Parts: sequence; structure tokens; C-alpha cells
Amino acid sequence: MHSLKTHRTAAQEKWHELQSSRVPVIYVGTASCGRAAGALAVLDSIRKTLVEKQLSARIVEVGCIGPCYLEPLVDIRLPGKPRMSHANVTPEKARYLVTAYLTGDKPPVRSAIGHHGEDGSAFADKVPRFFDLPMMKPQVRVVLRNCGMIDPQEIDHYLANDGYIGFTNALRKGPRGVIEEVREAGLRGRGGAGFPTHKKWEICRNAPGNIKYLICNADEGDPGAFMNRSLLEGDPHAVLEGMLIAAYAIGASHGYIYIRAEYPLAIVHLNKALAQMRECGLLGKSIQGSGFSFDITIKEGAGAFVCGEETALIASIEGKRGMPRSRPPFPALAGLHGKPTIINNVETLGTLPNILRNGASWYRQFGILGNFGTKTFSLVGKIRRAGLIEVPLGMSLRKIIFDIGGGTAKKFKAVQTGGPSGGCLSEEFLDTTVDYESLGAAGSIMGSGGLIVMDEDTCVVDVARYFLDFTQKESCGKCSPCRVGSRHLVELLEKITRGDGEPSDLAKLHNLGETVKRGSLCGLGQTAPNPVLTTLRYFRPEYLSHVTEKYCPATVCRALLEYRVVPEKCTGCQRCVSVCPTGAITGPRAEVHNLDPSKCIKCRACYEICRFDAIAGDAIVIRSGRRVPDEQRA
Amino acid sequence: MATADNAQVLSRFHGDEGDLIPILQGIQGNLGYLSEEAIREVSHFLRISENHIFGVASFYSQFRFSAPGRNSIKVCLGTACHVRGGEILSHQIERDLGILPGETTADRRFDLQRVACLGCCALAPVVAINNDIFSRMTVMRLKKTLNEYA
Repeated sequence: MHSLKTHRTAAQEKWHELQSSRVPVIYVGTASCGRAAGALAVLDSIRKTLVEKQLSARIVEVGCIGPCYLEPLVDIRLPGKPRMSHANVTPEKARYLVTAYLTGDKPPVRSAIGHHGEDGSAFADKVPRFFDLPMMKPQVRVVLRNCGMIDPQEIDHYLANDGYIGFTNALRKGPRGVIEEVREAGLRGRGGAGFPTHKKWEICRNAPGNIKYLICNADEGDPGAFMNRSLLEGDPHAVLEGMLIAAYAIGASHGYIYIRAEYPLAIVHLNKALAQMRECGLLGKSIQGSGFSFDITIKEGAGAFVCGEETALIASIEGKRGMPRSRPPFPALAGLHGKPTIINNVETLGTLPNILRNGASWYRQFGILGNFGTKTFSLVGKIRRAGLIEVPLGMSLRKIIFDIGGGTAKKFKAVQTGGPSGGCLSEEFLDTTVDYESLGAAGSIMGSGGLIVMDEDTCVVDVARYFLDFTQKESCGKCSPCRVGSRHLVELLEKITRGDGEPSDLAKLHNLGETVKRGSLCGLGQTAPNPVLTTLRYFRPEYLSHVTEKYCPATVCRALLEYRVVPEKCTGCQRCVSVCPTGAITGPRAEVHNLDPSKCIKCRACYEICRFDAIAGDAIVIRSGRRVPDEQRA
Repeated sequence: MATADNAQVLSRFHGDEGDLIPILQGIQGNLGYLSEEAIREVSHFLRISENHIFGVASFYSQFRFSAPGRNSIKVCLGTACHVRGGEILSHQIERDLGILPGETTADRRFDLQRVACLGCCALAPVVAINNDIFSRMTVMRLKKTLNEYA
């Protein structure tokens, strides 16, 4: 019998030892987003520098702390000094930092963006606290509390930070007590619909039968959302502890994690974490002598957006095509293999340990009545400070986009909440508070948490076409309004972005959108038209200019664009001539170049090279010319 | 050789219908795609028809039915990548390599896929080649990057 207490004591000692380490500690964020920004090369450079200069330091790989735009992030903590965060670290910069911190008598603290020490630390030399940075300060980190702070591959780090205390409390309270606590906390499903978690649980708990299942829905299919990936990579035990709590509450004996195959690193971390749980006696028969037995299997999704829907997900685990079925019966009564099944989202599960550890009333201090707690969002698109954030529900979109995200470089145009199932909201909705009801009233949805910000260079018609193209391809084909309707919606939108649209197409879009919404069985079809319907409602003039003037104000829709050389600016440097794949640009050196529109395929290569590499800069412009409507021409 | 590998994948399973997708994933992990022969073997093993297996496999975007190239290019077309020009990158690759998404070059050096989201949205637009992820990709850098893969 492995006692959790013994493990925890050992873990705390280990953690304390790291915190008071006598050798410098170097933290590198190596989640997927950090890796995409080059964190592995940075890590390599740090290791090499240490060997070459014969320096000793401990390296801790941590998950994503949130501000992805600052990746790769490297923190260095000298013994007895606060941890200093350095952003956008390259392999060369890493080499310099390590050398300067570990050998110099004056560490380059001033180049840090933040520190993790006491307020006003003399060592930090006026560098602000990391969590006081404009992007971090308005945030409340409940679910993400450990992300970026601990090594996700060490259960000891999790245990030392009050890990599995929530589960221990749950065992003391008993299943009914857990459900009651979650009811009192007012937790609603974080997967998108916001159904009260305890209600679903109660139905399953009361359902007859000995075999019940719990499924963790980690099929984060929304393009533009990565909250679940970050949590699973950065703190897998938080989700797994949540699974233990949920399984105990509903009486499940087996659990599945249905995770996208596109998240290989998260799968690696989960597998490691499961092995560690077994070692600590947190999985298997009669966990911690409680009589509660539970085990977890990982099921890799095979790439189908519709499998985020509960019944489709179940079909997929059963080895079938992931097609939804009609409800009732709800999975809570008859789900996987016909047994009562609860499907909870990653974030819902990640929230549970916090509620059980600190109590319902603690949780209720965050958020607003009816929408208690926090929600994670991936804040992306045309935003200055992109990344993963967590805020209390009830915060305004304006505060999220402008205070946390730093706003847009160009003029703000719209924000899409809820991914392809959500709506596109215009500037006048910026003061909408982010909660399930307010977003619903505006014609959008909370969704799982993707926030895509668009500026004046984004064409909303093109965005609507993009989303519909996505949902049309992901439609499973069961219901004809969704299968056929979404296809026609895409065709109409393509027609408009091609410049062939007619005014009557707008009414067609609207009517068809409403039909698809009403005539579809599952959430995919019921929400697929939202991007079209909301953009039609809030950005009608932009549709009209595409239709009547054949003009794309954002200069995005390719068929309506024209590339031109500005003779006054062109220095004849020939850079654009060299990159043009079709030979559309000609002209001798030092003379104004000529661009033949009939050969131009609008690939943007000349525009980019002129902006960044050429001598002139901005000598190539992309324009969308207004055309006089035919009826006015006569 | 391939058959032996497939047999090894199959030996890890009991033969329940629920194993179908993990089996196909295992086979694709070995072969790089699902060959007709492999589907036939799975059909014998699970006692379900080849048609049924093809029906399930073709439902999911992960499975491919033709041999991949030596290097797999994945252009992310998630929302964040879309608004930051992922489409333009995809067109550029299609033009440079002379293939469409889902196809492999004649010399089998590259195959091209468009994927919904790689989850690195803050670093958009993103292109992945094999397991290397390239962030904030531009038309200009693309050619140089492709040249690094033989």
C-alpha cells in the first residue's frame, strides 16, 4: 500500500530543495508553443554553454506560462535571488544570459521582462514582477496555477504544490458530498455549452448499473484554440486529479482520455503522469484504501471535429465513424457501450481539484452570479500580446482584448468567440461581458475558449467563408440541412468573395443559415451558420461592398485585388523581379519596374520582399479597386 | 516485411471492434499509410468487412491511403493562421512543388497536407515539416526552409 502522505512528504522535501537550490536554476518553457518558437534549440545552447564553460546549474523544463508572443522564455534563478524571466530568447542570447548570470559579477537583470520574487526586490532592479505585467495582472490563475511554474513530468512538483489534496478531500466527503460541493461552486461545463456539471453527474450517479464510464474530452478541434493542449502539457496531473474526483462522484470504474493525435507532446506527458499515478497508488484497485477503484486509458482521436460532440465521441471510441446520434437517451444514462457515461471537458476537470481543495465559497469569489469561476482563453489573431490567458467570468471583451492583449496594431474590427461555432462581434460589443448568457444574447457562444481578434486588414466575408468551409468539410453528413446546406453556404460566400455576388445572395445566406441551424441534430450543424449570420448582422456594409462595388475594403479577397508598382517609390532594385514566380514583373536595374496584371497570380511574394528586404520598401501596393455598379454606369 | 510489422501491431490487440481505430493508427505509424493489403489483414483479424474498415478510416482525416513522401509538409490553416496568411503559404508550396494538398511529389521528396490546427496559434502562420514546427512563416522564408529537406 503506497501512502500518499509519504509520497507528499518526500515531494515537499524535493521541492523545497529546488527552491533553495545552492546552484543556479534555469527554467525553459518547452511546451509545443515554446518549441515552435525555438525553445529546443535554446535548451541545447544552454546545455552546451554549461558544459563548455564548466558551469553547474539545474535545468527545469516547464510548461507554457501564457504569453506565447514572448516565447521562447528562459528564467534564471541565482541562489537566494528571485527568478528572472527573459523573453524571445535565441540560442545566442541564451548563451550570453547563462554566461553573464553564472560568471559575471553583474547579472543582466535589466534585460529581463519580469521576476517571480518579492515586490520591490532590490536584485530585480526596477524590473516589474512577472505577474504584474499588463498582460498578466488582470488575470486570475486557478486552472493554470501550475503551468509554467512546475515541471509537468514530475508528480513530485505537483504533489508539493497541494496536488491530490482535492481528491483526498473528495474521499472524505463521499460521492454525494462532492456533487454537492460542485453544485454549490456553480461550476458549468467548460466545453462550450455551460451545462451545470453537477446536474449531469447526478443523473449518472442515480442511473442504475455497476459499470459507468468517465471520458475526458480533449478533442480540442476548434482551429484557433489551444487551452486544453497547454493545460495537458503544462500540468497533466491537474486534469487527472479532476478525473479521479469526477469518477468518484459518479461512480465510474473506468475512464478514457479522448485526445487529438495532433497533440503528441500532451500524450507523452499524460502517459508519464499515468505511470506516476500508478506508482503512487492513485490508480487501480481500492485507491488509497478507499474501496474506490478506477483506471484510465488514453484514446487518440483520428482527426474529426465532430467528435467533440458527446455521442460522436462515444461512437469514435467504439471504433465507428464519429457520427452523432439523437438524444435522449443522454450519455449520462446510456453512453459508451450503452452504459451511463459522463463526458467532461479538460478544463472542467482541471477546475475540480481547486474547488475540492479550497471549497465552493472560495471558488464563488471569482466570476459573477450564475457564471462563477474562471475561464481560459487562447487570445490570438491580430493582437499585440497573443497567448493563453485565464480570467474571471464576467470580464468585458474590451478588458481582455485591450488591457490583457494590448489591442491591435491596426484598427480593431471584430472578435470571434467560440471558434467556428461562434459569432463574430463588432466594436459595439466590446463592453459585452464574457459569460455564457451575454455572449449568447449577442448571437455568439462562449465555446471552449478561442478568441480570435481581427483588425481592419481582416475581411469578415472571407472569415465567414473560412469558417463555413471548415464546418462544411467537418460535417459528418448525417443531417441533410447541415450536409447540403453548409455546402451551399460556402458556395454563396465563395461567389461573393470572387466578386460574382448579387444583392439577393445576402437574403439567401440568411434564410439558409437559419434552416441549417434549425434542421441539424448536433451542435456542429446547429452552430455552423453562426459566423455567417453574425457577420451579416454586424458587418452588412462590408458584404454590400463586395456585392455591389466588387470591392474588398480589407484587401483580402484575391479576385478583387490588384498589385501595382508605385513609380515614385520604386528604386529598381530588382528584388521583386527575382522572386516573381510568373515573370509578371520586369524592368532593368535602377529603372521603375513594370508589373503585368495579366500574368500576376497575386502570390504576395513581391509585396513581402519589397516591404522587408528591398531598398525602397512599400513600392508594391495591394489595392482593391471600387467598381461602379453596372446599373449606375449606364 | 510490412506484413510482419502489421502482425506485430495486431498482436497487441484482442480483436474487439473498439480496437479498430488504434489498430489503423498503429499500422499507419509503421507504414506511413493504410495499404489495401493492410486493410485486408485488419479485416481478417477483426472479422469485419474491408468496406466497413474503409468507411471508418475515410471518415477521419488522420488516415491516408497513398504512400507519403520522405518529408511531410503540414500547412496549418487554423483560424489564426488563416487570418495571418496561411492560405498564401499553402498556394506557394503547391506552386513550388507542383502538387495539390494530399499529394506526393513524383520523386517522393515531399507530401503536402493542410491541417486544421496545430495549436500554436499565437505564432501564426505555422508550417510543420516532419516534426519541426516553423512559426511566423513567410513566403520568403518558405523556399529556403524547404531546401533544407532532402
